[in-house]
Amino acid sequence: MQVLVSVIADDTVRLATPDEMTAIDAFNGRLKADGHWVFAAGLAEPGASTVVDHRGPEPIVTDGPFLESKEYLAGFWIIEAPDLDAALELAAEGSRHCNRRLEVRPIL
Amino acid sequence: MSTVDIRAATAQVHRAEWARIVASLTKRFGDLDVAEEAAAEAFAVAVERWPADGLPPNPGAWLTTAANRKAIDRLRREGKRDEKQVAAERLYGERHDQDGDPYADLFGTADDIEDERLRLIFTCCHPALAMESRVALTLRMVGGLTVPEIARAFLVQETAMARRITRAKAKIKAAGIPYRVPSAQDLPVRVSGVLAVLFLVFNEGYLATGSASDPVRRDLTGEAIRLTRLIRDLLPDDGEVAGLLALMLLTEARHAARVSADGELVPLDEQDRGAWDAQLVAEGHALVRERLAAGAAPGRYQLLAAINAVHTSAREMRDTDWSQVVALYDQLVRVDPSPVVALNRAVAVAELSGAQAALAEVDALEEQLAGYHAYHAVRADLRRRLGLDEASRAAYDRAIELAGNTAETAFLVRRRDQV
Repeated sequence: MQVLVSVIADDTVRLATPDEMTAIDAFNGRLKADGHWVFAAGLAEPGASTVVDHRGPEPIVTDGPFLESKEYLAGFWIIEAPDLDAALELAAEGSRHCNRRLEVRPIL
Repeated sequence: MSTVDIRAATAQVHRAEWARIVASLTKRFGDLDVAEEAAAEAFAVAVERWPADGLPPNPGAWLTTAANRKAIDRLRREGKRDEKQVAAERLYGERHDQDGDPYADLFGTADDIEDERLRLIFTCCHPALAMESRVALTLRMVGGLTVPEIARAFLVQETAMARRITRAKAKIKAAGIPYRVPSAQDLPVRVSGVLAVLFLVFNEGYLATGSASDPVRRDLTGEAIRLTRLIRDLLPDDGEVAGLLALMLLTEARHAARVSADGELVPLDEQDRGAWDAQLVAEGHALVRERLAAGAAPGRYQLLAAINAVHTSAREMRDTDWSQVVALYDQLVRVDPSPVVALNRAVAVAELSGAQAALAEVDALEEQLAGYHAYHAVRADLRRRLGLDEASRAAYDRAIELAGNTAETAFLVRRRDQV
């Protein structure tokens, strides 16, 4: 199965430090080598987001994140894992490397 | 065999075979829902037919076959048969009319069966499930309690409990929680997760909460002991499993002496030790001795069991080896440095070194335990012993406000009124 591993950040947390980036790169390398890698990306801060709504006749563009919250999505991995235990094991390692809490959620 | 005997035998078979049947169905069909429903249906048929037809020669095999057919029927109705289920159907279709014992052939060796039940337990106690879901799911899928029984045990509406169990099963499926025994690396953590669930069930029975409930719920303590015995059978070399079982047995052994005829909690020093269950005490002591002989560093449950073994070895309260109790608590503090352990240690310190020394240790826990009734109850008792009557009464008042167990409240009220 594939799972979305979301990186949870709170708004006091800064971008990843160079040391954390190095650790994340090494972890990504291992994900690729072991066949778990599908995709990963870091995200710009929530203030950079724009919401588009074209459910009505005209597209409406508004500023800002669709959810105002203290915590936000700082990035994500999509990984391939045989089951939740395997995904949790990888996520535990990832959390240590990126120094943040992670949420594991299966992709349908 | 009379109808009454057959009913009793059926209940006995239910206790013995339920987990086995649910586990094997879950493995075969890969679906907890199908397994639970089919097992329940098979038992319902047995309850109806056995009193008329008599007990089958091998009730476990009878139930297994019936449950498998029920599961296949359901999957056929839902049009969800894949190759595996077709294969299962073929196997059962060929075998069920033959003589002999289909049980052995269908399940392979005894080890496989044990492995299946372990799988079931670890899945129900998976850390990705909320604690209350783990407890409910374990009692339903492994313990075989009905949803109304579990709802009553935890003072929850039946519909709410049914929803909780349904949601937990849905999460197992949707989150991809595997149906297997964890890897050797994860095993210690996961076993301690299972033991935490069983200890919670036991404690809820031992000191039931709620003004409407019986102070001691022996259905829950009994179930927790039964499931812990099962884990012990499956993991005989695990020290903490043996420790938890010993702890439960030594606690359960005192149940008859623990609540008075008036429904009041009887503290250890006032209990009629002759009313303790000697057989349970002996079994608990044997387990503690086994762990001592193993020589491995004891964990939390083994230390708690050892403390209870010291208490249950004393013929009278005054014969208690308090220095050993305190020494065991010292070890326990190192394993589990929680304020509740420190509080219990202080109770033993009071017996060994006097109330004054103990009170100083207890007072230091105020910040962490101010909302815990036992903290105030211990404080009240120590102050009473030191002749600090007014302060003692105030602490009893606070303990009574916070206590949730009816027998304990009755005891605290009497003690307060005696100061």
